[in-house]
Amino acid sequence: MKLILQTLMLASIFALAGCNSNKGDKIMIGNFGSLTGAEATFGLSTRDGIILALEEWNKKGGVLGKQIELIAYDNQGKPEEARLSVEKLINIDNVVAILGEVASTRSLAGAPVAQQNKVPMISPSSTNPMVTQKGDFIFRVCFIDPFQGEVIAKFAYNSLKLRKAAILRDSKSDYSMGLSQFFANTFTALGGEIVGDEKYASGDVDFKAQLTNLKSKQPDFIYVPGYYTEVGLVARQAREQGIKVPLMGGDGWDSSKLTEIGGESVEGNYFSNHYTVEDPRPEVQNFIKNYKARFGTTPDSLAALAYDSAQVLFDSLKRANTIDGEKLRDAIAATKDFPGVTGIITLNKERDAVKSAVVLQVKDGLFKFVETINP
Amino acid sequence: MNDFIQHTINGLALGSIYALVALGYTMVFGVLQLINFAHGDIFMVGSFIGLYFARYFLGGAEPSVLGTLLVVGVAMIGSAIVGVIIEKFAYRPLRKAPRINILITAIGVSLFLQYGGQLVFGASPQFFPNILPRQNIDLGGDIFLDSNQITIFLVSFVLMVILQYLVFKTQFGRAMRAISHSLDTANVIGINVNKVILITFIIGSSLAGAAGVLYGIAYPKIDPLLGLLPGLKAFIAAVLGGIGNITGAVIGAVLLGLSETYVAGYISSTYRDALAFVILILVLLLRPGGILGSKKIEKV
Repeated sequence: MKLILQTLMLASIFALAGCNSNKGDKIMIGNFGSLTGAEATFGLSTRDGIILALEEWNKKGGVLGKQIELIAYDNQGKPEEARLSVEKLINIDNVVAILGEVASTRSLAGAPVAQQNKVPMISPSSTNPMVTQKGDFIFRVCFIDPFQGEVIAKFAYNSLKLRKAAILRDSKSDYSMGLSQFFANTFTALGGEIVGDEKYASGDVDFKAQLTNLKSKQPDFIYVPGYYTEVGLVARQAREQGIKVPLMGGDGWDSSKLTEIGGESVEGNYFSNHYTVEDPRPEVQNFIKNYKARFGTTPDSLAALAYDSAQVLFDSLKRANTIDGEKLRDAIAATKDFPGVTGIITLNKERDAVKSAVVLQVKDGLFKFVETINP
Repeated sequence: MNDFIQHTINGLALGSIYALVALGYTMVFGVLQLINFAHGDIFMVGSFIGLYFARYFLGGAEPSVLGTLLVVGVAMIGSAIVGVIIEKFAYRPLRKAPRINILITAIGVSLFLQYGGQLVFGASPQFFPNILPRQNIDLGGDIFLDSNQITIFLVSFVLMVILQYLVFKTQFGRAMRAISHSLDTANVIGINVNKVILITFIIGSSLAGAAGVLYGIAYPKIDPLLGLLPGLKAFIAAVLGGIGNITGAVIGAVLLGLSETYVAGYISSTYRDALAFVILILVLLLRPGGILGSKKIEKV
C-alpha cells in the first residue's frame, strides 16, 4: 500500500515539476523537519528560527531584489518522509536551497537527493560527521560529533574528576551511536574507563532493564546521548531505580520538553550544547529579544542554529548574486568569519563549522551555563 | 542476584499492566469467540481520558493517592462508555454474521480509533502529568521499589480480585460462563445474551482504561498509536495463558512481562519485542490451547 502511495506521489511530483518557480518575484527556500512526533520541538524551533531570519531580511528588502519565501514540510520524525520532503521541495517547489534537518539520521536521508539535484543544503544542527560527506552541496553551521563527544569526556574527566562512565545509547540513531563512540574514544584516551554500554531503540518507553544492568557496574556518571523524549523517560526511571549519579548528554537534550517529561529527575544533569542564553554578546541578546517578541518563547539552540543557517544562506545568495546552484554552493563554501548567534562561523574543507561548545546544567527547570570548551 | 531481583520486580510491574489488558481480550473471546483487536486502542483512549482529566480537572493540584484513584476511576468509566458504543454499533449488528466479518470489523474499529485519535488528540506525543506522589523504597542491597510500581501492583490486584468475584460468585458471572459454553443454549434457557455481552464489554473496557492510566503513570509518553504494541502483547499473553481463561490471561501476562524484562536485561533490548512474537509462535506450535486452555483445537 505504502509503495503504491509513494509511487503515485513520485509520479505526481514529476508531473507537477516546473509549475512553481523562482522566475517570479520571489526566492523560494525549503525546510524539512519534524514538526510533529517525538522530536517535534526540534522541527518547530528550527522553522521558527528560519522564519525570524527571513522576516528580518525581507524587511530590509529581501535578497537579490526579491522577497524570500519559505516552504516547510513536516516529516513526522521519519527518515523515509524526510527523503520524500526533499524530493517535493526540489521537484515541485523548485527551491533554491534547503535548510534542514536536525536529526542526523534524517539529514542523511535527505542529503543524497539534494546532492543529486545539485541543490545546496545546509543542515543547521546535524552533528554526525557523515552528513556533509554525502557531497559537496551539503553544509552545516554547527560543530560535529567527534568534537561534541570530546566536550563531555573532557568536562567529566577534567572538571568533575569522574573516572568511570557508563553509556546508554539509541541503536536506531546515527547521532546517538556516533556520539557515544567519540565520547568513549576520548574518555578512555584521557585515562577514564567505560564500565558499561547498553542500548535502546528510539520509541522505547521502558529502560529499566538496561538501567538495572548499568547500576550494578557502579559508574560515576551515565552518558545518554539521545533525544529529549527518551532522555526524559530514562532520567525518571534511573531515579526510580535508585541511580543517583549524574546523567550527561549532547545537544539532543535541548528542548523545553526535557524538563516537562523528566521533571525533577533531570535536575542537576549536564549536556553539551551550541549556545547559552546567558551569553552577553549583542548578537545573542538581540536574537533572544527578537525571537521572544515574535514567538513568545526563549529560543533553544536549534532555533539559534536555524537562524544562523538562514543568515549564512541569505548572505551567500547576496555574495553569489545569482540563484544558480553551483555558484551558490561556491558562495556558501566561502563563508568566513560570519558573526552568528552560535559563534563565529567559518566553513572548513569538509563543509563543517568549527566552533566552541558549552556545557549546560539543568537547574530549576532551566539550562544554566557551566563552562565553555574550545576545539 | 540483586540485579535478578530488580529485573523481577520490574517485570512483574510490566506484567500487571499487560494482565489488565489481557483480561479484556480473554473475556470478550470467552463470550463471543471474537478477538477484539480494538481492545488495545481502548487502552489508549483510557490513557488519554486520564491525561486530559488530570490536566484540566486536577491541573496543578499536588500529586496524591486520592487524585490518582479518581483519575483511574474516570478513565475506567470513559473507556467503558467507548466499549459500549463499539459493541452496540460495530459488533452487535454483526452478531449473526460469519465470524470473519466481525473480525475484520474489529480491525476496522482499531484503525478508526488510532487515526481518529490522531485527529482528536494530535499526532505528537503528550506527556502524562505527575499525579502520584513519588517515593522510592529501598529494599536493601540496592534493590528499589518505587511508588508507581506499588500502585500498579495494588490497583491491578484489587481489580483482578473484583473480577474473580464477579465471574465466579455472581448471577451475572454464571450467565457469562453459560454463554461462553454455548451462546445458543444460554439464549434458549432465558439468559439475556445481549445484556451479558454488553456488561462483558463494560468490564473489559474499564480494565483497559485503568491499565491505560497505570501505563501513563509508569511510562508518561502517550500518543494515539500507543495501544498497538501493548495491545498485541496483551493479546499474546491471553493466547499464552489460554484464550478465554481468566486466570490463564493473568499468568500469561506476568510470564510475558518477566521474560521481556529478562531478555532486555540479560540478552539485548533489541530482542525485547521480538520475544513476544517468538513466544506466540511457540505456543501455537507446541500447545495451541495455551497454558491453562482447553486441549480442543479450533480452526478460525
